Parts: sequence; C-alpha cells; structure tokens
Amino acid sequence: MTRIHDLAVVGAGPAGVAGALTAALAGLDVVLVDGAGRPGGQYFRRPAEGFHAARPGALHHGLDRFTRQWEALRERAEVLLSTRVWAVERADGAITVRCLEGDREERPRTVTARGLLVATGAHDRPLPFPGWDLPGVLTAGGAQALLKGDLVVAGRRVVVAGTGPFLLPVAAGLADAGAQVLGVHEANRRFGLARHPLLAAGRAAEALGYAARLARHRVPYSGREAVIAAHGETALTHVTVASLDAAWRPLSTRTVECDTLACGYGFVPQLDLPLQLDCATRRDPDGGPVVAVDAGMRTSVPGVYAAGEATGVGGAALAEVEGRIAGRAAAADLGRPTPPDPALSRRRDRLAAFARALQGAYPLRPGWQDWLRDDTLVCRCEEVPLSAVREAQAMGAVDARSVKLLARPGMGWCQGRMCGYAVACLVGEDPAPPRRPIAQPVRLGDLAARARPAPDGRKTSSEG
Amino acid sequence: MSGPYRLVRARPEPEFEISVDGAPVAVVPGQSVGAAMHGAGIRSWRTTRFGGRPRGLYCGIGVCFDCLVTVNGVPSLRACLTEARPGDLVTTGEAPAPSGAGGER
Ligand SMILES: Cc1cc2nc3c(=O)[nH]c(=O)nc-3n(C[C@H](O)[C@H](O)[C@H](O)COP(=O)(O)OP(=O)(O)OC[C@H]3O[C@@H](n4cnc5c(N)ncnc54)[C@H](O)[C@@H]3O)c2cc1C
Ligand code: FES
Repeated sequence: MTRIHDLAVVGAGPAGVAGALTAALAGLDVVLVDGAGRPGGQYFRRPAEGFHAARPGALHHGLDRFTRQWEALRERAEVLLSTRVWAVERADGAITVRCLEGDREERPRTVTARGLLVATGAHDRPLPFPGWDLPGVLTAGGAQALLKGDLVVAGRRVVVAGTGPFLLPVAAGLADAGAQVLGVHEANRRFGLARHPLLAAGRAAEALGYAARLARHRVPYSGREAVIAAHGETALTHVTVASLDAAWRPLSTRTVECDTLACGYGFVPQLDLPLQLDCATRRDPDGGPVVAVDAGMRTSVPGVYAAGEATGVGGAALAEVEGRIAGRAAAADLGRPTPPDPALSRRRDRLAAFARALQGAYPLRPGWQDWLRDDTLVCRCEEVPLSAVREAQAMGAVDARSVKLLARPGMGWCQGRMCGYAVACLVGEDPAPPRRPIAQPVRLGDLAARARPAPDGRKTSSEG
Repeated sequence: MSGPYRLVRARPEPEFEISVDGAPVAVVPGQSVGAAMHGAGIRSWRTTRFGGRPRGLYCGIGVCFDCLVTVNGVPSLRACLTEARPGDLVTTGEAPAPSGAGGER
C-alpha cells in the first residue's frame, strides 16, 4: 500500500515552501516535490554547494528567511528534490502525482495525497524578433538563473531589453558580476510604476535603488526602446536597437555590438498541472490565463490549491503570502484548527493590487509585430516563420488552434511555451490555457511501463 | 577572483573535467552541463532539424529545449538542467524530433 499524505506540494519556490511549512506546522503530513536539485525556485535560486558561497544572499533580498523556512520544513515534511512531476490525476478524493526522479536517469515515482498545492511558478515570456534564436540571445530570467545558480556571467558585453521592473535586477546583477552592460532598453516608459499613486511609496524605492546601482556602473537605462533584431552567423555579434512610439512601432534604429542579449517581456505562469485537473482559469490583466482561486487559494477542484505565479504573476513576496494562505486553507479543510488571520489576507490583497498595477504600467503593445519579417521564426522548435503563420491564416485558419494544425507552431519540444503568447497575438486572440497532458518529457519506456487504464477507464497515452 | 565569485564570497571546490565533443571543459561541482559550457565560451552547440540553425542556452530553466545535448549516450537531455558529473562525455549535434514529450493539445 502506498502511503497517502495529507498534502502534496509541487514547487520549492517561495510559494511552495511557505505553503508546505504552514501546512506542516498546522499538523498535516506534507510531501514537497521539485524538479530542481536545490530549493528556492526562481527567486531564491542559489549557487551550487560546490561554490561554498559565504554570501549567497548578495544576489537576492531575503534569502536567510527563506533558508530558515526550508530548514524548518525539512524537519517536518518529506522533501523530494530532482523530482519532476509530469502528470497529476484525481480519483476518489485522492490525488496521484506522477514523477520522474533524477536529472538524467528518470526513475518513475508516484506520490499520493489527499490534497495538492500547485506552486509551479512561471517562465519568461519572450517576444519573437529577427535573430532571437541566435546563441547569445537569452531570456532575462535565463541570464539571471545562470548567475544565481551557476555563478556564470551570461556574457562580456551585454544588452538588456524587454519590459518591466525585472530588467533592473537582471542588469544590476550582471554589472555587479563584472559584465559590461551596454544598456537597458525598456519598451514602455521607465519607472512606469513610480507614477502610480499606490506604488509611489512602496516598491518604487526598490526600482530606484537598482537604477542607482546601474548609474554607478554607468549603464544607460532608456525608455521607449527595444532590441528589434539580433545579428550574427553562429552566435550573436550585434543587435538593432530601436526607439519606439507608444504602440512600440520602431521610429529610428541604431546598431550595438555585443556578445549577449538578455531579453524578457514578463512571465507566463506554468499551468500544466492544474489544467490537467481541469481547474478553472481566469484572465490576468495582461490577457493571459491564470488559475482562478478563492480567498483561501482554493481552485475550482476540491482539494486542489494554487499559489504564487500560477495564480497571477506577482513576484516572490506575494508568492510567499499566497503559499501561507493556501497552507492554512488546506489544513482547515482537513479539519485542523486554523484561526483566521485577516492581516495575512490584507497583505495578499495589497500585494496583489500592486502586481495588477505593475502589469498595467508595463503592458505589451502590438507594435512588436512590426519587428518581424516574413522569414522571422515565430516558433523556435518547429522553425515556423511568420510567413507560414500568415499562409495558414490565408488558407482559412481563424484561430491559434487551427494555425497550429496547419503550420505547426507550438508542436515541438517546448510545447508552445516559448511561442504561445506571440502566436495568439498574431491571430488576434488572448492566449488560451495550454493543454499539456504531459508536463515534462518522459521517455517512451517509462510511459509504456504505466500505460494501463486509468480508474475512470481512460487510457493514458503519449499521443500529443 | 572573478566577479560573481567575489560577489557571493565563493570558495569553490576544485574543478573537475567533462568532455564536450572531445574537448575538456572545467566544471565547479554542482554546475550544470549547460552553464559550464556557456561559461567556457561554448555558446552554440546544436543545429536545428530543418534550417540547421545554431542553438545554445536560451531560457536557462528547462522550458525552451534549445540546449539539448547527449550525455554518456543518453540523448535529448536539457544541458541547463543536467548537473555535470566528473568524466561526463557530452556530445552535441542535431536533436531528434520530440518523441515522448507529447505536443500541446
Ligand atoms: C528564469 C526566471 C528567473 C527569475 N528571477 C527572478 C529574480 O531574480 N528576481 C525576482 O524578483 N523575480 C524573479 N523571477 C520571477 C519569479 O517568478 C518570482 O520572483 C518567484 O520566484 C515566484 O515564486 P513561485 O513560488 O510562484 O515560483 P518559483 O519560484 O518559480 O518556483 C516554482 C518551482 O516549481 C518547480 N516546478 C515547476 N514545474 C514543476 C514540475 N512539473 N515538477 C516539479 N517541479 C516543478 C520549479 O522547479 C520551481 O522550483 C524569475 C522568473 C524566472 C522564470
Ligand atoms: S536553455 Fe531552455 S531548456 Fe535549457
């Protein structure tokens, strides 16, 4: 008989760890699973042990606090690192979490629990432009992850571009670590958030702090500018920087020589697992789908909770608060006494309002579509150029789904994670909630080993 | 000491070696194969199926699948997620079409 935990938590970022710890402290038997080898998620990603970093916190605020939570959790719950979840199923009030252990071996492992907290975070949201698939072009988060986790500086001469306040810590981190950061190009206005009454007092100060660090390194920070093309033969050698109008259409351009571009236009929540369970979604202010939750972070499916970026992109502080709320709700729903904590809820409301205002201050404008040429790849994996998308539309494909059937964007390795947003915009839709029956790649043998009829009679298959 | 090491006051353990297409690459214990390659200046290491376009690290966190390599004969591993082990033999080249990954529906 497999052991049935009270709560399985997927994700060891700020949301998952806070949620797991809160639930464990309330008396639940908790198991936490993360595909990464080290806890922390994206924000609290820390250098590999082999570095013996005396000040790992130099790269992020609040690491000590997170580390204390992690140590407390390890004493009270089962934690499974290097364990990727590729599917979740729910039957008879129990949730089965199907995992693969090891970063290359892939040992199948199954975890069963009465409840599930999804805290799977987000990934970068790229926009396509000519040359965006050249080596040396990285996502902004990717450059940050290399630095925080592996102490590798993404390049020597680096350009940072995209939109949102996240560009600032990325650029400041690179500059502090010794890169020559040639410029930060914000497609919206700079300090868009400082003008918002709600924000002026709060985190705007943080942004100004980064701006001061950039000024110290003499890194120019410009608004209404973007990298609209990347150039090079086998790797990046230079980029085209454009000044933009309010709709992000290029006005004038110049060339900047660089070996690396770190580029990011916000984040896309990872919704594969909640969507496998048919959790209801709603639209974030930017039009993208996020898991819909109530005041206790309960999804529409009984026993399933979500916290952090999966319920709306809002950063590490909000993720932690949401995790705690979810952990409390899970404990309460399983009959553990949990006195109400209105202060926690108020904090969530405040931080969530802040997140919405941020999204409002750094929207994506349609003019980026003017950056593309006919031969610009929209989908990197299947190498689908813009012209193929337009041809599919000319053949009668009216929505992203039919464009995909005809031209194959989103059908490759990344399952549309990189191009999904752009394809939706190109056909004039809001991005649809992604349906990925398999959240992580599984070798066929592992799948075959368990391709038996599910309890409800459906057969699990590897068909995409 | 290089910039990032100074920043976090790292005292790294001795490096070990892996081989990338026959060339030695130094790794600090715990680093990923992809980070070690990128850090060693190897930026592009695979070509695409149709256009033969060069690819390397892009997302850094295992979602884009651009960084695929073969390690000790195991194909299609994400270099950015695979922790390097002493003596690993990494080979690069064309990645096969996705098989078990399943498309998005
Ligand atoms: C690459 C990247 C870098 C970022 N860097 C910063 C930064 O430096 N500063 C900042 O303020 N914000 C950063 N962010 C924004 C980040 O989303 C939030 O700051 C914060 O980390 C969100 O917390 P979370 O708990 O919701 O999710 P995360 O911190 O993202 O944690 C989610 C965890 O879930 C795990 N996971 C996901 N899917 C699965 C699965 N199927 N199976 C097993 N485990 C799974 C992941 O491995 C991860 O550890 C970054 C985002 C990205 C994508
Ligand atoms: S760099 Fe994107 S999967 Fe490795």
